Amino acid sequence: MSLMTGSGGELLQVDNLGKRFGGFVALENISLSVAPGERLGLIGPNGSGKSTLVNCICGTLRNEQGSVHFDGRRLDGLLAHQRTHLGLARSFQLPRPFVSLSLIDNIRIPLLYTVAARGHGRAAHDVEARCSGLLREVGLEAKARQRPRDLTQVEMRKLELARAMASEPKLLIADEAMAGLTHSEIEDILALLVRLNEQGVTIILIEHIMRAVMSFSRRLVVLVSGRKIADGAPTDVMRDPEVERAYLGQ
Amino acid sequence: MRAPGFLLICLLVAAAIFAAALAVGNDYVFFAGYVVLQYVVLSTAWNILGGYCGYVNFGTAAFFALGAYSTVAIYKLITENDFYRMPIPVLMLVGGVVSGVIGLGMGYLTLRLRGAFFSIATLALAVVLETLVVNWDYVGGSRGAYIIRPEAIEPIGNYIRYLFLMMLLLAVAALTIARLIEHSRLGYGFATIRDDELAAEASGVPTLRLKLIATTISGALMGMAGAPFPYYIGFLQPDSTFALDYAVNSIAMPLIGGTTSWVGPLIGALLLGSLQQIITVTISSAVNLLIVGCLLVLFVIVAPNGIVGLVHTYLQRKPDEFVGRRRVDADAPGTVP
Repeated sequence: MSLMTGSGGELLQVDNLGKRFGGFVALENISLSVAPGERLGLIGPNGSGKSTLVNCICGTLRNEQGSVHFDGRRLDGLLAHQRTHLGLARSFQLPRPFVSLSLIDNIRIPLLYTVAARGHGRAAHDVEARCSGLLREVGLEAKARQRPRDLTQVEMRKLELARAMASEPKLLIADEAMAGLTHSEIEDILALLVRLNEQGVTIILIEHIMRAVMSFSRRLVVLVSGRKIADGAPTDVMRDPEVERAYLGQ
Repeated sequence: MRAPGFLLICLLVAAAIFAAALAVGNDYVFFAGYVVLQYVVLSTAWNILGGYCGYVNFGTAAFFALGAYSTVAIYKLITENDFYRMPIPVLMLVGGVVSGVIGLGMGYLTLRLRGAFFSIATLALAVVLETLVVNWDYVGGSRGAYIIRPEAIEPIGNYIRYLFLMMLLLAVAALTIARLIEHSRLGYGFATIRDDELAAEASGVPTLRLKLIATTISGALMGMAGAPFPYYIGFLQPDSTFALDYAVNSIAMPLIGGTTSWVGPLIGALLLGSLQQIITVTISSAVNLLIVGCLLVLFVIVAPNGIVGLVHTYLQRKPDEFVGRRRVDADAPGTVP
């Protein structure tokens, strides 16, 4: 496998992706490319297909049309865990922790199954240290031995992010990691994502909270009714009449 | 504790049990104990898929019967062709391989189903296999098959003692395997499948492969438990071998004991299995399933995490904490009132 990214040097390349649920067209001809190190915001009204797009990219759903390339490899047909092994990580819109495992064991899973599967096996104490390190990074170290049900909503989202980070991804897709959080909590998570990006992780942020999206994203993509209607610099995109129409109505 | 240490302790306990049974001097102890041990193996095997992965298998009887009928087929082959008689451990291995392969196949066909749908599919498997066996004349069909048990084996004495010893060793093996899984990468993977398969996949866990491993190990152990059964019972017929009792018991025992650790099925099987043996001789064998049903209802209400969960709640005031993964914080269990 070549270390070079896709044909145009892109890390993620989505071409003409289409997804239907019965007669309902959830996604139609979506093309999207993300360069290594980018901070991309993906926005759109509820039901516009953002999560479906993530699910198609990550292999939770199968797309009927089009293709997804990641890091120079075609992803179509690969199972979700194989895509995770390639360096694609996601957090879920509604946190899905492993409820019977302690926080530290939640983090341990991607380390055991993804990082170890990439070949550079780690000694047990190394995994332990890495788990604690990740929990410290999201401020959950004190609760390492507790169960997810003891967490607050914001802690749950932090755990979700930490677990996605644990797989040492090249691309992290954060699906509404900040919904329902307070200002300072949003700042916490944004700072975390920026820090991650500075370490070289490409990030796609899906978010409704415009303040967060605008401050984080270097580029903005807008989905409306399963179609991409805008793609460009955040300020330009927000001035786009079609985007205004979609968000504010005519 | 490392696996060899655990195995050693298990073997010592097993040796003590065998010595105690010999000391009683009554072969009935071996007859009754064999059944209890058989349930230790069956419920431990069931728990690998049902407890660790959360996939409820109603087909225990099918895997058990596969092991038993493998033995019958081999017995026929040997008696017809005048081969050497196969020792029980070899029969167990054959039964285990047959059941393991069928388990793998069943897993491949049914593991895309979840929840009740998976369970119904396993129940269907049992019905299909029973129909096959009923119509397979070579192994006796619906008439059943006689297996002539040797009177005695040197140096242990009565053959039932030998069967008991074999089942005891199989129980040790099953418990060691279960504990090994629980504390390994595989065990963590199984737990993620039980909790959330989508999140497991997203974390890089190959869920289908792990589930196939679980059905194979689980099925193989059930088959191994079934392999010596024809020698125990002497006359094997489809009705009793495919009986729902096996499925019900091997689900009830882990549920009563606790499903998240290897201790649960052991406790459940010892408790319920012994109780059933006592009831069989004191009241009637027909009451057995009623007792199982009542206990199950009681436990679902009083202790949904089984006896293991109950003990943990009592000791630590922290429910459903894993037995194997101890808390490392300051409060020692002794300080709890």
